[in-house]
Amino acid sequence: MNISYKWLKELAPGITDSPERAAERLAMYGAPVDAIVPLGAALRDIVVARVEAVRPHPGADRLSLCEVNAGGERLQVVCGAPNVRAGAYYPFAPVGAELPGGVRIRKAKIRGEFSEGMLCSERELGIGRDHTGILELHGAFTPGEPFASAVGLDDVRLEIDVTANRPDLLSHWGVARELAPGGEAGLRLPAVPGSAVPPLLEEVRFRRVAREGQTGGVAVAIEDPRGCPRYLGAVIRGVKVGPSPEWLASRLRAVGLRPVNNVVDATNYVLYELGQPLHAFDLDRLAGPRIAARLAAPGETIVTLDGERRTLYEDMVVIADAERPVAIAGVMGGEDTEVTEATRNVFLECALFDSRAIRRTRRALGMHTDASDRFERGVDLEGPERAARRALALILAVAGGTVEPEAVDVYPEPRELPVVGIRPQRASLVLGQPFDAATITGYLEPLGYTRVSESADEIRFRVPGHRVHDTTREIDLIEEVARRHGYDVFPAELKAFRLGTVPEDPLALLEDRLRTLLVGRGLLEARTAAFAPEDEGDVALLLPLSAAESRLRRALVPGLLHRVEHNFSRGVKHIRLFEIGTVFAPGPTPQDLPVEATHLAGVLTGARTPPHWSGESAAFDVWDLKALLMDLAAALGLGDGAVQPGAGAEDGAPASAAYVPGLTFHLMGPDGQPVGRGGRVAPHAIDAPAWADPVWAFEVRLDPAMSQPTMPRFRALPAFPATERDVALLVPDGVPAARVEAVVRAAGGPLLEDVRAFDVFRGRAVPAGFRSIAFRLRFRAPDRTLRDDEADGATERVLRRLKDELGIERRS
Amino acid sequence: MSEIDLVRDLERMEAEALEAIRNASSLAALEEARIAWLGRREGRLTAILRRLGELSPEERPRVGAAANRVKTAISELLEARAAELSSTQEVVTEDLTLPARSTWVGARHPVTLIIDEICSIFRSMGFVRVRGPEAETDWYNFTALNTPLDHPAADMHDTFYLADGILLRSHTSPVQVRTMQAYRPPIRIIAPGMCYRRDPFDPSHAPAFEQIEGLVVDEGISFVDLKATLTEFARRLFGPRTAVRFRPSFFPFTEPSAEVDVSCTICGGQGCPTCKGTGWLEIMGAGMVDPAVFESVGYDPERYTGWAFGMGPARIAMLRYGIPDIRLLYESDVRFLEQFA
Repeated sequence: MNISYKWLKELAPGITDSPERAAERLAMYGAPVDAIVPLGAALRDIVVARVEAVRPHPGADRLSLCEVNAGGERLQVVCGAPNVRAGAYYPFAPVGAELPGGVRIRKAKIRGEFSEGMLCSERELGIGRDHTGILELHGAFTPGEPFASAVGLDDVRLEIDVTANRPDLLSHWGVARELAPGGEAGLRLPAVPGSAVPPLLEEVRFRRVAREGQTGGVAVAIEDPRGCPRYLGAVIRGVKVGPSPEWLASRLRAVGLRPVNNVVDATNYVLYELGQPLHAFDLDRLAGPRIAARLAAPGETIVTLDGERRTLYEDMVVIADAERPVAIAGVMGGEDTEVTEATRNVFLECALFDSRAIRRTRRALGMHTDASDRFERGVDLEGPERAARRALALILAVAGGTVEPEAVDVYPEPRELPVVGIRPQRASLVLGQPFDAATITGYLEPLGYTRVSESADEIRFRVPGHRVHDTTREIDLIEEVARRHGYDVFPAELKAFRLGTVPEDPLALLEDRLRTLLVGRGLLEARTAAFAPEDEGDVALLLPLSAAESRLRRALVPGLLHRVEHNFSRGVKHIRLFEIGTVFAPGPTPQDLPVEATHLAGVLTGARTPPHWSGESAAFDVWDLKALLMDLAAALGLGDGAVQPGAGAEDGAPASAAYVPGLTFHLMGPDGQPVGRGGRVAPHAIDAPAWADPVWAFEVRLDPAMSQPTMPRFRALPAFPATERDVALLVPDGVPAARVEAVVRAAGGPLLEDVRAFDVFRGRAVPAGFRSIAFRLRFRAPDRTLRDDEADGATERVLRRLKDELGIERRS
Repeated sequence: MSEIDLVRDLERMEAEALEAIRNASSLAALEEARIAWLGRREGRLTAILRRLGELSPEERPRVGAAANRVKTAISELLEARAAELSSTQEVVTEDLTLPARSTWVGARHPVTLIIDEICSIFRSMGFVRVRGPEAETDWYNFTALNTPLDHPAADMHDTFYLADGILLRSHTSPVQVRTMQAYRPPIRIIAPGMCYRRDPFDPSHAPAFEQIEGLVVDEGISFVDLKATLTEFARRLFGPRTAVRFRPSFFPFTEPSAEVDVSCTICGGQGCPTCKGTGWLEIMGAGMVDPAVFESVGYDPERYTGWAFGMGPARIAMLRYGIPDIRLLYESDVRFLEQFA
């Protein structure tokens, strides 16, 4: 909402704040000011000039030579505007002047003729968009007087951010009410400049009717009281439509509006002044003449003021004459009945429309106007009659004409203003400091609340029409008290508190441990959006932003692989990412919520350590992945043996990517079902450049039950030395190393402390179909130093068992 | 040869030996000195010790003790001088200015760093961390939070719907509702999580983003508690000299509602592009829980009061680390993520 600071002070002469101070106060009342724009400062070099004579430029058809009176000697100015004429006043930038935006005017020679300054358009002055011609000023001026003060643009614009609950702040009156000393009591409507017409046209009588009435021969009816609860109509005859006087045009420019003509400008002025949208129709173009607020008929269309033909739906409220819609109620008028320079007689509408109907309509049509903005949020329930009188006064003052003495006020079900109570004790409890009845009343009355009764424990207030939209309950009044008291005045005093009954989320603790683990292993945490293309998700969005974001992901790895591709595309080769995030599966039925699970996933590619001058660094390989999976298994409390070679096909584990067969692992859960997978990403599953190393990935489903960290348990340190024996075994290719190790452990007896494969070898001296695996066996007795023959004996037992059970021989 | 002669010899020898050792300028020279004095065959001290036998049994221990003292003194100096010489004389064969062998650095995501920090501050003030589902019904996301379904926020174009009445939560506030349904007061929770709004990615918007919700409910909880707790929080997060400002605002599910500003972390309140010249940065929305929310979860609003807040850790991360574009947070560029190690 744009506020003219001059306008504000005119409504509330008691405001003495600077614009900056007013902005601070507004922020503390809940309407922060996004920008303070000094309008006059940028125009300080511009003056008003009269063009005394115009003649064609001898060297150019489209240019004219103007004799300009800017208060001193006559100047010759070359002008390219089609609308320049002798005897008219224009804003003028003399030689040496700086235009808003920084352009400096110099004496120039244009097609052989000197030009000593520039006559300016709205756009060149930064006060409007029009640049079809120079800005002709309407009214009486003195050549050479400063332009900004002459037209009233020696002003400051405040751009106010108004929250959805405060439609009353969408007007100068409403903002002035917040700032004025004494609130509402400190406000007054000023007289119309240069006119004897009073601020409000009192001599018109608005005759209240229930459903249908008439004024000046125009039948006025409400056929849809839901969509249009109240409709005031008035007729003005004999207007002279033309440009607005400068004070009015500049007022509108100051708040960012484009002046149209005096009648339309007068209605827009009232909208910005009082917050009540109005609409003026060309009475002679209304069929009937009749005006009705009704629902649109199927297939009806209207060409709106912006020149668009719009198709209407049956749930839209329209204003129609006897034949067709002439306005989309509360949104925009129709082009056919618009007030133009040819208009002589005007029908003025001042109505209330249902906020939901307006929102629905303007959204369906994709429109957004000053009027819809206010109706959507709610206008002053008590405001229409005053706004109509104000608009009539303005129209008479700037466009002349006479008003039909009996106007009409169609009001099918007059609404009572609600009464709401507030208990001082409750206000004190909620706000945390005492408020008595007098203080509360002192805060509320200036805002327009009227005290209707007061008992020992409750005060009751009648809510003013401009606040009925957000004040319906006691808490709304309590908020008002807090707001007017000032949030900054409340103490910030910490008090004792009781601990809550809600237990800590166990998964959050697990996630934290996993992050610590993976960060310690050199991985970088990624956060990716949960959206996925159709082939990567099973839960669809109804209205996705794009096809690549049309589903919710079923797994994390595909998203991470896209992130790997993103890094590849930027030339990044060494990538270690992990993510903890939510994945989605369809619910039991489409009416159920999707099933969510928290997954952990990671991807690795590139060198295992940062490249170093001392030697080549190997790329991540399957053993790095296995190590990571084993670390995870331990952190998840999955126990030894949780990491198993996987089949590579779809196997019930949280599937995420296509892995290379033979290079996959399963992470087995406590129930023997896989909770995760990892492996080498199949080349077809990722778009990798030729220089990329193999990509490894893993994904695990997290479960709050996994989150109990295993408690360490002390074991006594060995007191006696160990004895080691190395055995190299010829292991057939079909026998997994883990199985050999298991037999070794079982056969080694109590003295066998540890078994570790330390070499794997194929080739010379190893028959085809076999490999040599060397194990180091460590024996130790807890209570004595082992003798060599004890270790030898145990080793022999191991070798015998290997031969008996697996047919495995020692390599000779 | 008398005892006196020998002792005099010893003393003279000691002085000479010590001086020679001190003057040895290399390890080789030092070794020569060692051989000259202590060498088994030719060493001068060794020679004197050999002559102990010429003394009487009474003299022998006294001279022996003196000889040992001299030997110890020489040995100690030899050792010290050797250490001196080797530390200054060892030949440097490595160019130690070459880069070290490093390991990859891991890092938490910058938004996680902020969430962790915020949660730890609130934990220290008695809050516990909870979570709720990201897909919600419109009842939890809107209706129960005093937001009618014809509210603009509930529109298809602003919120992602999955089916009629099922949506991706547009804020973490449904966790308030679920928590109050499941537990009785007192409640003191903090709930970080993902939220979704139908805003395409641009420098300051993301369709999926993190939010942190907080909720306190008990008897006698007031606006002063809200202000005090959040002021304390803001000072712990942004620094003890941070100014904190509460401004009236509007959210359907709190009343009175407040916008919480802190003095700009970049300019300290003087006004700069980050704070758009205002000196203030908006960091969260907060307010007293609206009685309508208590009614929708079956709490007696006359008995219980509470307050809630919501804030965006991504925005705070951007402020804290000077990140100019929110998309950097979700692109997972390794060169970006490594900066937070």
